[in-house]
Amino acid sequence: MKILVCITHVPDTTSKIQFTDNNTKFDKNGVQFIIGPYDDYALARAVELKEQLGASLTVLNVGEAETEPTLRKALAIGADDAIRVNAFPKDSLFVANQIAAIAKEHNYDLILMGRESIDFNGGMVHGMVGELLNMPSISPVMKLDIEGDTVKMAREIEGGKEYLEAKLPLIAGCQEPIAEWKIPNMRGIMSARTKPLNVVEPKDDTTATSVVEFKLPPAKGAVKLVDKDNVEELVRLLKNDAKVL
Amino acid sequence: MSILVYIEHADGAVKKSSLEAVSYAKALSDKLGGGDVIAVALGAIAEGELSKAGTAGASKVLHVNDDKLTAGIIQAHAEAVAQVYTQVGANTLVLAKSSLGDAVAARLAVKLNAGLVSNVVDLPDTSSGYQVKRSIYTGKAFAETTVSTDHKILAVKKNAVDLKTDGADAPVEAVNLSISDASFATNITSTDKATGEILLPEADIVVSGGRGMKGPENWGMIEGLAKELGAATGCSKPVSDIGWRPHHEHVGQTGVKVAPTLYVAVGISGAIQHLAGVNSSKYIVVINKDPEAPFFKAADYGIVGDAFEVLPKLTEAIKAIK
Ligand SMILES: Cc1cc2nc3c(=O)[nH]c(=O)nc-3n(C[C@H](O)[C@H](O)[C@H](O)COP(=O)(O)OP(=O)(O)OC[C@H]3O[C@@H](n4cnc5c(N)ncnc54)[C@H](O)[C@@H]3O)c2cc1C
Ligand SMILES: Nc1ncnc2c1ncn2[C@@H]1O[C@H](COP(=O)(O)O)[C@@H](O)[C@H]1O
Repeated sequence: MKILVCITHVPDTTSKIQFTDNNTKFDKNGVQFIIGPYDDYALARAVELKEQLGASLTVLNVGEAETEPTLRKALAIGADDAIRVNAFPKDSLFVANQIAAIAKEHNYDLILMGRESIDFNGGMVHGMVGELLNMPSISPVMKLDIEGDTVKMAREIEGGKEYLEAKLPLIAGCQEPIAEWKIPNMRGIMSARTKPLNVVEPKDDTTATSVVEFKLPPAKGAVKLVDKDNVEELVRLLKNDAKVL
Repeated sequence: MSILVYIEHADGAVKKSSLEAVSYAKALSDKLGGGDVIAVALGAIAEGELSKAGTAGASKVLHVNDDKLTAGIIQAHAEAVAQVYTQVGANTLVLAKSSLGDAVAARLAVKLNAGLVSNVVDLPDTSSGYQVKRSIYTGKAFAETTVSTDHKILAVKKNAVDLKTDGADAPVEAVNLSISDASFATNITSTDKATGEILLPEADIVVSGGRGMKGPENWGMIEGLAKELGAATGCSKPVSDIGWRPHHEHVGQTGVKVAPTLYVAVGISGAIQHLAGVNSSKYIVVINKDPEAPFFKAADYGIVGDAFEVLPKLTEAIKAIK
């Protein structure tokens, strides 16, 4: 059994988002980068499945050299090897084409991704790869178990969940509580240094979209505080000023 | 050229977010100088309900009334919508962002060779080329994005345009499609879903509780206020992690992103990851006993006080104005 986990290299969730170069580039100054939180769930579940089923586990990122520490972290958490497609991730289609090309070459049985990246939040790459490989793509998946060649999953839907089954191979976009985030231990960190991290060049240069300018939302005004013994005043403000009641 | 809108339904009614997508498509069509806005619905639902898409701006509704499509099987829905899209000769597909919509749109982007923009917050600027504004970094920024393909798919975020209600009922036409068995390879074995509840991602008003609510036994107060407001209930991540509330109520960076007109946060500190899920709300009310709680910085209105004192009073005060 071969498992692939696709991970993003994204700003820590507490980062202040700013742009440079006339609002055409993300400002990395002072920003800490992490494995995307949803990708981290996917990776954690993959490590459990690897142990349970004796599978091999590869992690993949489409990104420039700066993403390698993030891939090393994934190796420390438990992946066996890593692949970096050496290219700036231009848009979701571009990324999906790279992932599909690698998957065609290596024939993974299970491809896990995050439900969405936290930079561009598209939640699109898994579906695109699914279509490119003609495989089912299920997202957001909050539970995933493998019995033989059957995958049993729970998928979150608005107001609840649905349970589904499908055969391998398939792609899942993961979210909690599929597994608990894993923190690398000392042994993992040591062994990650020598695990293979293969760099390959992109196979396809197609894109469909491009960003011309980034913008920040307008700053929020100051809060209007209402005395706790005068809740009627809050109701009046909501009704007459905000007009939401 | 026509615009196709993929509309979803739940509990026998067209989802409000889908009607918003119809209004978005109508505004887009008007902006581009006219053309049909055709809605397509899959699976069993009453025709009378579907014709309502007309009030939101559709000129016609196509209904693929195949029971096998009632459940949201992603591949089957993508195949069905692709067939209809080609049949009607559309050049743009519009849909509401949702857990099913996202999954279907991504497959369609590849099938139709269409540039896909998700989290769209405004109508495209077509003065030179085709430029769409979308929300990124979980609502912390926007990206003006150009689309280079002839075919386009726009997944619109809540409140991208105003929901129209002044159109006439639209005629509903039945369409028969033949969907390949392969597209039904995933089998939904059961669903576990609250019915009759206001869906959190769709709600106009949301009341959320955090760890400051102390325990699940106190949620009656959150529900009481929500009921009075006609609101959905939400919570912070630790609250769903400990199991006080179900996971689908967890709001934030790793949970549901909401965009209501009013978000009421009770006993939630306002960690940046929680704010990421609520920053598209029009108005935010914060009730917290700690005047230094970071949530007050993101709020429009606030009360510094004990939730257990304030909530019952607030619920009464709302009841009083009705
Ligand atoms: C990668 C990552 C992703 C995350 N994603 C999310 C997410 O999606 N959503 C999310 O919510 N969190 C998320 N978190 C967690 C987040 O950082 C916070 O820990 C969490 O939001 C805190 O929840 P809380 O405000 O309910 O609890 P606390 O931080 O414990 O705050 C409780 C608040 O209640 C107030 N309070 C206490 N008693 C009362 C009372 N009687 N009356 C009124 N107020 C009272 C306190 O003053 C305090 O402000 C994430 C964290 C990480 C690292
Ligand atoms: N540059 C990338 N490299 C590897 N995987 C990616 C990349 N971008 C997105 N993905 C995967 O696709 C998922 C969905 O991303 P998105 O469609 O951008 O929201 C992410 O959670 C990752 O698992």
